[in-house]
Amino acid sequence: MNEASTGQVSMNDVSKTFTLKVDGQIQIVQALKSVNFDVKQAEIVTLIGPSGCGKTTALRILMGLETASRGRVSVGGKQVHGCGYDRGLVFQHAELLPWLTAAQNVMFGLEMKGMRGAELRDTALRYLDLVGLKDAANRRPYQLSGGMKQRVGIARALAIDPEVLLMDEPFGALDAQTRETLQGELLEIQARTKKTIIFVTHDLDEAVLLADRIIVMRAGSIQETFQVPLPRPRGNLGALRGTAEFAEARYQVWKALHSAEAVH
Amino acid sequence: MSKIETISAPQAVEDAPKLKREIPKWVITTMSVSLVILAWEIFGRDVNPVFGSYPSAIAVAFWKLVVSGQLLAALTQSLKAFVVGYGLSVLIGVPLGLLIGRSRFLEAAIGIFITGAYAMPLVALVPLLVLWMGLGFAVKACVVFLMAVFPIVINTWLGVRAVPKTLIEVGKSFVASDFTILRRIVLPATIPYIMAGIKLAVGRGVVAMVIAEFFTAISGLGAIIINAANAFDTARMFVPVIVLMVLATMLNAFVGWIERKVAPWQVELSGRDEG
Repeated sequence: MNEASTGQVSMNDVSKTFTLKVDGQIQIVQALKSVNFDVKQAEIVTLIGPSGCGKTTALRILMGLETASRGRVSVGGKQVHGCGYDRGLVFQHAELLPWLTAAQNVMFGLEMKGMRGAELRDTALRYLDLVGLKDAANRRPYQLSGGMKQRVGIARALAIDPEVLLMDEPFGALDAQTRETLQGELLEIQARTKKTIIFVTHDLDEAVLLADRIIVMRAGSIQETFQVPLPRPRGNLGALRGTAEFAEARYQVWKALHSAEAVH
Repeated sequence: MSKIETISAPQAVEDAPKLKREIPKWVITTMSVSLVILAWEIFGRDVNPVFGSYPSAIAVAFWKLVVSGQLLAALTQSLKAFVVGYGLSVLIGVPLGLLIGRSRFLEAAIGIFITGAYAMPLVALVPLLVLWMGLGFAVKACVVFLMAVFPIVINTWLGVRAVPKTLIEVGKSFVASDFTILRRIVLPATIPYIMAGIKLAVGRGVVAMVIAEFFTAISGLGAIIINAANAFDTARMFVPVIVLMVLATMLNAFVGWIERKVAPWQVELSGRDEG
């Protein structure tokens, strides 16, 4: 396995059908219809689209929490069978274990990976420090704000040192200011760690600010893909919002999303 | 400007967090208990001593039982059976509830027996158990176990079903085994339910203990009750009854204390602080 390929992700002709029972009748829902995309090492790709478009399903299949009905999914050249330490998932509502402190929550993943002893706590604290929460290491989740909880969630996913970070609308429940702070911090962390990130969002600004590439999804298929022409590192995201390039990229994606609405 | 400041200064003091001058809960409880005992003493004296009794008469009977050593002996006999039966019901009930809650197969195969047995009229079966196990310690522990185990299993089982799916996915996303998910995620998330079941089981276990002793009538607090009742010695009959009530209350407080030790986050999450 060569170094360059470890963070590569590919979805090859992936379909997913769910069977639902509604009022005694069995309904088959096609959540994904032959989805194809590849993500390069250290690339940030955002999946955007209206709710029910399949973006979260695609992410869950990549994580291994769902299995594809058809098609091939691979990470780092290896086919995905269930969850693995090459991928780290950041949940929509952080999903910290409420009986553990922030540090213990980060340690949980490390313990699962087999780490023991003094190294365990040191590693957890290093990653809490990375997300700016070293002082809150001994607090339990009910003593943390929404933004802090999600920071711990990110530290927990990063600590196992995955090749790919999968993020499921992680900032969706946060207030605008906290969200913007975390977006900036995420880009800084990515610049340092060079992780591949696949980020699901329904927020247009967020999709453009974070991404190298945006995949717009509709009704289980990829509708359009956009390369974001903004430079990296992005630096001050606030200033970036004022640029013509941002406005243009945002408008293109907005049009794609809007045409999707018009069709329905 | 100066006028505003003179007004705002005392206001600032008033806005500062005040020391709460609430009556402590234990004082309220003590007063309420004293009031009930006082009323009982006053009105209880008018009743024929065969049909009822009153606190001071019960206190005299209590003292006689203590001095003769009967009460302590009976209490030890009863408690031994209770501790063994109740302890077994926790040790077996919690893991069984966890397994039933996690396994579709076990839920379908065993669940129906658990819900059925919870409603079982155990009193009717005690004579049969006596036939099987005699009149001694074993039958008492067994009756306590059978009364206490089902609320523990059912509560644990319900608690497991209530664990959010996403918390289990946290375990899965870190490639945790089913057993690790059960021990590290499902069990702690279920503790509030388990504790509720364990508390329910205290009351049921105490009742079971007395029922068993009624049938055997040879030993324990239940024997004192039934022998005193047969002799129309009502004051003496009340002594074990009150001892058992005090015992159950203390056990409940003890379980609550354990709950705050093992699940302090739960106390913080629920709105009321226990102070």
